Amino acid sequence: MIPFLALVRKDLTLFFNDRKAVVVGLLVPIALASFFGYLFGGQRGNAETSKVAVLVIDQDASAISRGLITQLAGDKNLDVKPSELDAAREAVRKGKATAAIVIPKDFGRDAGRALFTGTSKPELGLLYDPSHNVELGMVKGILSGAVMQTVSKEMFTGTSGREVVDESLAQVDRSQLPAEDRKALRDLLGGVRELNERRDREGASGQTEISGGLTMPYETREEAITSGENVAYNGYAHSFGGMGVQFILFMGLDVGIGLLMLRQTGLWQRLRAAPLSRTMLLGSRTVSASLVAGFILLVLFSFARVVFGVRILGSFTGFVGVCAAFSLMTAAFGLMVAALGETVEATRGYSVMATLILVMLGGAWVPTFVFPKWMQRLTVVIPTRWAMDGLDGMTWRGLGFSSALAPIGVLLLFTLLFGVVAVMKFRWRTEG
Amino acid sequence: MLEVNGLSKSYGKLVAVSGVSFRADRGETIGLLGPNGAGKTTTVSIIAGLVSPDSGQVLIEGKQVQSDTDPAKLKIGLVPQDMALYDQLTARDNLTFFAALYSLAGEQAKHAIDDALHLVALSDRAGDKVGTFSGGMKRRLNLAAALLHDPQILLLDEPTVGVDPQSRNAIFDNLETLKKRGKTLIYTTHYMEEAERLCDRIVIIDHGKVIANDTLQGLHQLLPVTNVLAVELDLNAANGFKPEAMLALAEVKSAELAQGTLRVGVHDLSRGAPVVLSWLAENGHSYHHVSSEQPDLETVFLTLTGRSLRDSK
Repeated sequence: MIPFLALVRKDLTLFFNDRKAVVVGLLVPIALASFFGYLFGGQRGNAETSKVAVLVIDQDASAISRGLITQLAGDKNLDVKPSELDAAREAVRKGKATAAIVIPKDFGRDAGRALFTGTSKPELGLLYDPSHNVELGMVKGILSGAVMQTVSKEMFTGTSGREVVDESLAQVDRSQLPAEDRKALRDLLGGVRELNERRDREGASGQTEISGGLTMPYETREEAITSGENVAYNGYAHSFGGMGVQFILFMGLDVGIGLLMLRQTGLWQRLRAAPLSRTMLLGSRTVSASLVAGFILLVLFSFARVVFGVRILGSFTGFVGVCAAFSLMTAAFGLMVAALGETVEATRGYSVMATLILVMLGGAWVPTFVFPKWMQRLTVVIPTRWAMDGLDGMTWRGLGFSSALAPIGVLLLFTLLFGVVAVMKFRWRTEG
Repeated sequence: MLEVNGLSKSYGKLVAVSGVSFRADRGETIGLLGPNGAGKTTTVSIIAGLVSPDSGQVLIEGKQVQSDTDPAKLKIGLVPQDMALYDQLTARDNLTFFAALYSLAGEQAKHAIDDALHLVALSDRAGDKVGTFSGGMKRRLNLAAALLHDPQILLLDEPTVGVDPQSRNAIFDNLETLKKRGKTLIYTTHYMEEAERLCDRIVIIDHGKVIANDTLQGLHQLLPVTNVLAVELDLNAANGFKPEAMLALAEVKSAELAQGTLRVGVHDLSRGAPVVLSWLAENGHSYHHVSSEQPDLETVFLTLTGRSLRDSK
């Protein structure tokens, strides 16, 4: 036991002796996690997100076009600014605006007629940045609603709407439509005319329900499903877990590379000359690396708790279990790197690549739900995915210990797998 | 104490050692002498259990080391050629760690560490980080780290590489102290003067094979001459002197003149010296200084291999 403890203590002493490295090694993940956390919703879960920049070119200058612009500008998701066609085109091309809406001349009149007759629909021009497809969909949806509301409002209550109704009634009279259809349309348009005349008689006090124009016939009630009622989603919980996973993996990598380098030194000869078993040599390295990993997670989540209010809303035991299992897995991963590595330089190259893939596919950078379905299915064989699921589950999702069992079990299985490969492939003898 | 029997080890087509055998008794110092790449380090690595031999065996007090944790390993202390210390730790922390590898703790470890530091004269620097030490001090601490568990056999793989003469002398003094304490030292070097000063027996290795294994005296017996008489001739006498004329004398085995000094090789100095000096006087060759020299290991190596030790590849 004395040699084992000495080996572990020595590793920890060497790690903490390099204070600059320790500080930098903690500051970098904290800074990155803070940044990613802010991007993914921040502390309140509904932090104000950046608005979509939209330019509007009003070539119509009608009541409808002005009403449309007012309607769009009132949407919380859009940042609407007036512009000219050439300037708008240039702004979209340079990425300064996501989209530009061109309201052509006579849009108001034509849209009003089309509302009743369905013919000669005017075209709204939409210039967009192809790298913002997701925002484009949102802009189109908001635009549709705004056009419907503005045009219908004007048609039922506005001056131009009355003119359009009169013109439409005349058109209906001149048309070759069957008598029954003609009567139905006359009744509809006559009803609108009568409504307008009544509004005129009643003055401003006679606002009717329809005076606001057609609107969406529903509203949504949004509720974030988190660990409990009135518990807001905290985006920092995921980002600190993700960055913790990433930097601990890199720490494991350092352990492996360090072991490879150690094999080339007299220190390795001295260790091997001592009456120490292989299990003790690798086991002590596993324990010390796990303790360092645990320390990193502890500091990261403590920082997240104090500064960003991240809390372990689920099982604390489960959280500790996931952290411990992931720490062990990382240490075993490092030993496997040392066992499979040939030269330090080559090993560093391919293992950094492998680590980044593990981090990326594990959902440490962005949650796995944004991945394509096939990739989401694929990532169940990635140990970091289980670590992230476990950490998310125990922190902001607020799940119980039973939900931590699967991540812990899978991570321990990976630990076993990596450990067996490390022991089997490790070159114990000095070769020269 | 230590028996090495027929060790062979190859790396691919490269034969590192081939049939190396020797033995070392308690208190004996064996020098493994040979040029770089001769197989000395491989031999030491096999003895220490760092490398598995292809064939042959190493016996410590008649027993072969069976596993990584075999208690027989406690009898061996290794001083690697590369510095085996943690620069970030103090000298005492380094020794505390290495002592713990042999399950030494508490007072037992403290005594061992104090003794080792005292032996290598580093007690006053015990609390300093090794990174601040000179090369010579690190070498001495490297030696101290191998002594903590009081091994009977010390494997010293070129322990004076890269140190200044003063530190080298200090290390020699340390090793002589250990020798007096009855330790068995296996000392690899390619410095002949080190082997001559320290070793009871010298095993000369070249291209992985033992080409000689004897005491210094015994090795000298392998030479055609065991003594050289150096005669510094007067300037007039040196001019036109033909040294080969002396080969007619039965006691003279070799004769050469360089920069006014005549070197005459003889087997028996007491019989050869009067004959040589009489011959010079009789032939009118005056001289002003006479001394005798013994051939060194360089000469032995040259004689055995036809190549210089330092220049060997």
